[in-house]
Amino acid sequence: MNSNQHTGKPDAFTLGPLEEGPACCDPQPVVQVRNLSLLYDGKIALDKVTLDIYKGCITALIGPSGCGKTSFLSAINRLTDLVPGCRVTGEIRVNNRDIHHPDTHVQRLRRQVGMVFQKPTPFPLSIRRNLSLPLNEHGISNKTEVAAITGQVLRDVGLWDEVHDRLDASALSLSGGQQQRLCIARALALKPQILLMDEPCSALDPLASGVVEDLIRRLRGHYTIVIVTHNLAQARRIANYAAFFWVSGRAGQLIEFGRCQHIFESPSHELTAAYINGVRG
Amino acid sequence: MLTDKLLMGILRAGALMAALVMLLILIFLIHESWPALSTLSIGRFMTDASWHPLEGAYNLMPMLSGTLLASAGALLLAVPLGLASAIFIVFYAPLHPAAIYKRLIELLSGIPSVVFGFWGLTTLVPLINQWHPPGASLLAGIGVLALMILPTVTLTAYTALAAVPDELLRNAAALGLSRWGMIKGVALPAAKTGIAAGIILAAARALGETMAVLMVAGNVVQYPETLFDPVRTLAANIALETAYAMGDHRAVLFVSGLLLMLLVMALSGVAGLLEKRRHA
Amino acid sequence: MREMKNIHTAQVLRERAVQFLIYVAVLLISAVFIWILADLARGGIAHLSWEFLTESPRDAGRAGGIASILVSTLLILLVALLTAVPVAWTSAILLVEFVPADSPFGKTVRFSLHVLAGVPSIVFGLFGNAFFCIYLGLGFSILSGGLTLACMLLPILTSTAEAGLRAVPHAYRMSASALGMTHTAALVHLILPAAAPVLAAGLLLGIGRALAETAALLFTSGYVERMPDSLLDSGRALALHIFDLSMNVPGGDMPAYASALVLAGLLLCINITAMKFAHGLQRRKIMT
Repeated sequence: MNSNQHTGKPDAFTLGPLEEGPACCDPQPVVQVRNLSLLYDGKIALDKVTLDIYKGCITALIGPSGCGKTSFLSAINRLTDLVPGCRVTGEIRVNNRDIHHPDTHVQRLRRQVGMVFQKPTPFPLSIRRNLSLPLNEHGISNKTEVAAITGQVLRDVGLWDEVHDRLDASALSLSGGQQQRLCIARALALKPQILLMDEPCSALDPLASGVVEDLIRRLRGHYTIVIVTHNLAQARRIANYAAFFWVSGRAGQLIEFGRCQHIFESPSHELTAAYINGVRG
Repeated sequence: MLTDKLLMGILRAGALMAALVMLLILIFLIHESWPALSTLSIGRFMTDASWHPLEGAYNLMPMLSGTLLASAGALLLAVPLGLASAIFIVFYAPLHPAAIYKRLIELLSGIPSVVFGFWGLTTLVPLINQWHPPGASLLAGIGVLALMILPTVTLTAYTALAAVPDELLRNAAALGLSRWGMIKGVALPAAKTGIAAGIILAAARALGETMAVLMVAGNVVQYPETLFDPVRTLAANIALETAYAMGDHRAVLFVSGLLLMLLVMALSGVAGLLEKRRHA
Repeated sequence: MREMKNIHTAQVLRERAVQFLIYVAVLLISAVFIWILADLARGGIAHLSWEFLTESPRDAGRAGGIASILVSTLLILLVALLTAVPVAWTSAILLVEFVPADSPFGKTVRFSLHVLAGVPSIVFGLFGNAFFCIYLGLGFSILSGGLTLACMLLPILTSTAEAGLRAVPHAYRMSASALGMTHTAALVHLILPAAAPVLAAGLLLGIGRALAETAALLFTSGYVERMPDSLLDSGRALALHIFDLSMNVPGGDMPAYASALVLAGLLLCINITAMKFAHGLQRRKIMT
């Protein structure tokens, strides 16, 4: 149905059976960020960000390059731990639990909070193994169960019809759009609550980009999504909430946060208005 | 330009000489082994009673087995230790210790085989002798060989692992993979061609190694029945007997040299193919 | 939830076990390396002295020093380098600057060098014996040994020179052409100087390899330990001296330790200097 809008060729890409999720009218925060600051080698990259991510909604992070949106995303699943010289101050609570608490098990956190990167990065393994590896690592090794989950997520992202007969082929043989959908499937296989997406469409051609965007829209309600995007039109199309970041004095800052409609049609801050209207940034 | 033409002439000459050397080696090796190859059937190298050149017995098999067993044993030791070292440098060690350990391995690779052999002779062999005489044995040979090929395995595995793109590892971490899960599930498969090429290179080196093994392995021509039996490798045999060998004996030594060269060339060829596949 | 906890405990245990095994392996290897160096130092330090370096060996090497050995080693090295370096570097320049990657000539040269790189040193010794000593009639001499070593050094000198030349930015060559310089001039004034550090590093590596070589010299350069009179005279290299002292001379352990220390020390200095030179360039091929 939606594929016709983008391609005119109804059989080029088929969407999975994921139904349109319930509209999120239950503003329950699953991620609470309070005064989050990020420093790389002593230099402030993100300055005191406070916002809430609401359950089941799509929150778009918008703003020009270099104002800390990706860093903000990396802090939520503690991928910042991997960056030498990076220090995180402030508090992040996921499901009301402080993720920096010494008792937190990082691997478990990353199962609850999945991430999809800008550049599609399938592992240099078979398609099947790309999906079974994270499942095995998290203790799901029963072959039937793994196969069931594999089939389910591939259908959800609309890849099943395209790859079901060559699951043992190398994942690198897929096209860019297919690879990114595989990466999303890989993240979904762990049944995360929250999905972080860092410009997932920017490395794809317009056709593939459209398919992925439709997929993200269908995930709303089933998952909580935080998506970094440079594409204002895209943010407007799919997001419920928007957070506008800007660089001020070499450090990224959160300028304004609110319902998407509000940000785009009647922003409170003049910088926001300037950015939305293409006057600045 | 005249200078450029002159330059091209000089360069061509030099490159031609380089190519000629290989040809010369093949020609002379075959020329020297011809007397044996033409008069003795290949079967004799395998079925003669023993290695007694003065009586016309030219069985190469015990020495070939010595070569293969010593190399296999060395690989069994060096590959896990070398891989562990490379994984340590890339994934486990903090920056400074990683650099120091890598420097250590690079220096280890510079120690000449005579010195390894000498150390083996003065320290390792007496040690093994205390455990189970005579000391100069297959085990000692395996020990020094393993030490010698360890740096090759480590450094090539290091290069392959360090070349795994960062984004693969970041994706693995974001999926909640633990450090070892990431290494085993993503990094090692991604680096497997380079690692395999390195292991094959190490195997080629082990097959051709002469001095260290000569000094510690005991040099008795026999099929070893235990690790503690002395053995003689093909290379050691050539080293020991060429100086005074004459006639057929000398020719057979050249045949064993050819055999070694072919074995090593085959391995290097496979390693080269793997390298090409990696870059393709 | 409890199942998740068990899974994660198992995971933590696995992580710890792997970490333990890896650290054990690394400590083992470091310990053996230090053990070897310590043994060498302990055995040889006492015997080392200025006289050791300046006197010739007496009594089959049990007494006296290694002066004549050092001279022979130096001469063999010089013969090897003076023959190998021109051939290797001209080949490298040709392969990098003038010959397209897929020309048959280039492929043949590369293939030959690749094959040469894999030939075991003892087989080089056989070749050297047959070709230089007997066919060319040079007999057991420094010249034979040096020329045999030269054949061995070709691959490593060529591949390092190639790497160094390829690392010179293409922009240099293009600017030189745009300025109307001849190929030769560009080479001599721009490219070679830019590649000089890596060429030097390759040279040092070659020297290190030559110094460490024994098998190729066993029956090409001769065994005699006195001071050589000419290049056609037989001479004994340092590595061979260590071999002889330890295997054939009872009671030769002390001077062998000292000689080993000298050789290891020389090689250590050479390797460290070479590493400093090649610091910028990432060496993709490890040829040991």
